[in-house]
Amino acid sequence: MSILVDKNTRLLVQGITGKEGLFHTTQMVAYGTNVVAGVTPGKGGEWVLDGKIPVFDSVKIAVEATGANASVIFVPARFAPDAMYEAADAGIPLIVCITEGIPIQDMMRVRNYLDQKGVRLVGPNCPGLLTPGEAKVGIIPGNIAIPGNVGVVSRSGTLTYEVLYALKQEGMGATTCVGIGGDPVNGTSFIDVLEMFEADPHTEKVVLIGEIGGTDEEKAAAFIASRMTKPVVAFIAGQTAPPGKRMGHAGAIIEGGEGTAAEKIKALEEAGVRVAKHPEEIPSLLK
Amino acid sequence: MKLHEYQSKQIFAQYGVPIPKGRVAATAGEARQIAEELGGRVVIKSQVLVGGRGKAGGIRLAKNPEEAEELATQILGMEIKGLPVRKVLVDEAANIKQEIYLGITNDRAARKPVLMASAAGGVDIEEVARETPEKIIRVHIDPLLGLRDYQARYIAAGIDLPREHWRDFGKIAHGLWQAYTRSDATLAEINPLVITKDERLLALDGKMLIDDNALFRHPDLAEMRDVDEEAPAETEARKYGISYIQLDGNIGCMVNGAGLAMATMDIIKLFGGEPANFLDIGGGAGAEKVAAALRIILSDPNVKAVLFNIFGGITRCDEVAKGILTALEEVKPQVPMVVRLVGTNAEEGRQLLSEADMLTAETLTEAAQKAVAAAKGGQA
Repeated sequence: MSILVDKNTRLLVQGITGKEGLFHTTQMVAYGTNVVAGVTPGKGGEWVLDGKIPVFDSVKIAVEATGANASVIFVPARFAPDAMYEAADAGIPLIVCITEGIPIQDMMRVRNYLDQKGVRLVGPNCPGLLTPGEAKVGIIPGNIAIPGNVGVVSRSGTLTYEVLYALKQEGMGATTCVGIGGDPVNGTSFIDVLEMFEADPHTEKVVLIGEIGGTDEEKAAAFIASRMTKPVVAFIAGQTAPPGKRMGHAGAIIEGGEGTAAEKIKALEEAGVRVAKHPEEIPSLLK
Repeated sequence: MKLHEYQSKQIFAQYGVPIPKGRVAATAGEARQIAEELGGRVVIKSQVLVGGRGKAGGIRLAKNPEEAEELATQILGMEIKGLPVRKVLVDEAANIKQEIYLGITNDRAARKPVLMASAAGGVDIEEVARETPEKIIRVHIDPLLGLRDYQARYIAAGIDLPREHWRDFGKIAHGLWQAYTRSDATLAEINPLVITKDERLLALDGKMLIDDNALFRHPDLAEMRDVDEEAPAETEARKYGISYIQLDGNIGCMVNGAGLAMATMDIIKLFGGEPANFLDIGGGAGAEKVAAALRIILSDPNVKAVLFNIFGGITRCDEVAKGILTALEEVKPQVPMVVRLVGTNAEEGRQLLSEADMLTAETLTEAAQKAVAAAKGGQA
């Protein structure tokens, strides 16, 4: 069992003929994901992966032809907002946007529009979703995780890989891993995912990977304290980051005394979460 | 990207926000000439990208052109918070009756821009925000609708602005909103917006931060970047699409991914070391980028050891290894290096590096411990 994606997901890839899109489509298909269609405007009628996957000019046509019910976006930042609006208008209920570097004002407009439509967005600037043994939507390397009973939710990319890999070294696996992305304005939040893990009968424990900036971890802590019955282990990156410095992720900025690692760790510990000192300590805290 | 005061005010003026007459000067002679043109009484304002210029003595009132030249000489010789003053703005002096704060920024939690104002504007606005937050009136703007007239009126009433100024205030609020959206700003701020003794509204100071991710559609704004104001290594890093921030420690770090880079810094500190930098080479980095990153790390003379922590996903470890080898030939570093490669093509990467004089590590813990020991002089 899993959340958000599984064997039945009928996945559409926006930007399928681009370098990144094609490479990761190949990886997703090799992993067993049911990729039913791709979209690249101007390349409708072509096929990719040795004629296995049809390419369409628009999301609407692709949905009508294939019944796609989730979309993953690999298009460059300047075209990604349009890709998200297009997927939402075509009735896709789940959009996963991998693209990084989307301007924040674009994301505020996209997020407000998608909320009005009731569309779920994961990302942007995220590694996507992995349900080990069933499906992957995005760029998380499939071989670093095994199926198991741990739900993983993270704001980071490669740091998530580090944690999945550390779990695998100890023989521990994941139900689903959700990378929610590091941008200041994104779609799905920690709380959304925690709620899904709490409701998922196969998820027994949860790992939350946060980083400095914003107050999402503090909100997650409040949610955990009041609503979660399953044990949660966390790691917060950026404990040594100097205030006011931008550490790559637009989201990881300490603004006006809010969002430091110390504040987040305190809030999480007060909510009963065990916070790891470094990523490789996580498996032992889950035992 | 931060803009200077004079740049921010010029943008505000394009959208109808009234600003004082004035120009930028790079020499005291120019400052004198501008003061003469403006009729004598002027304010000399240092243009550096830090706050607290006034309290540092970087903003002074001159009664006549002679004094303007004298004060400009002093200010152009100053350093403010470590930044040398290279330019001054010479503005016509205003007679101030009241100082108001007006700003727009992104409220990430609300996922909307927020317009904020306070009747207690001026240099102590941060203290006002901390001590008496109720004195700051806020209204969220729907990014799909834009600022509405009633919202500007709500703010005007909220700060007890005399009614005769509401019309002009509305125009200024809309001008600021236009400047914020059309420039892809993350902050557009007027502090203070003053009511002059002759009952006019005037934006005396301005500040804008521009979203770096949006500069592709603002080539005019991208040209405004003042590279004199940033560390040369950070400028060099940006050229290669590398995120680099110099810190005070002695262990250089090269990592792929911002979260993992921060976690790597944290674990170095956990084991008693001090990171010399944050460096994220990004996803899919090739050999050339890796070589540039290593040059940048080693340009910091404090670096006593370098730690490479690469978790291959999109990034291929063999590509990173090739970059390291290229850089080693070119730079011939004298400091010990610890490398950890995991994930995509890690085995190929390790083989490429097996001939190089480097320490290797399997886990993040081991890598950090070896780097800390190496920086202290012992080879763990």
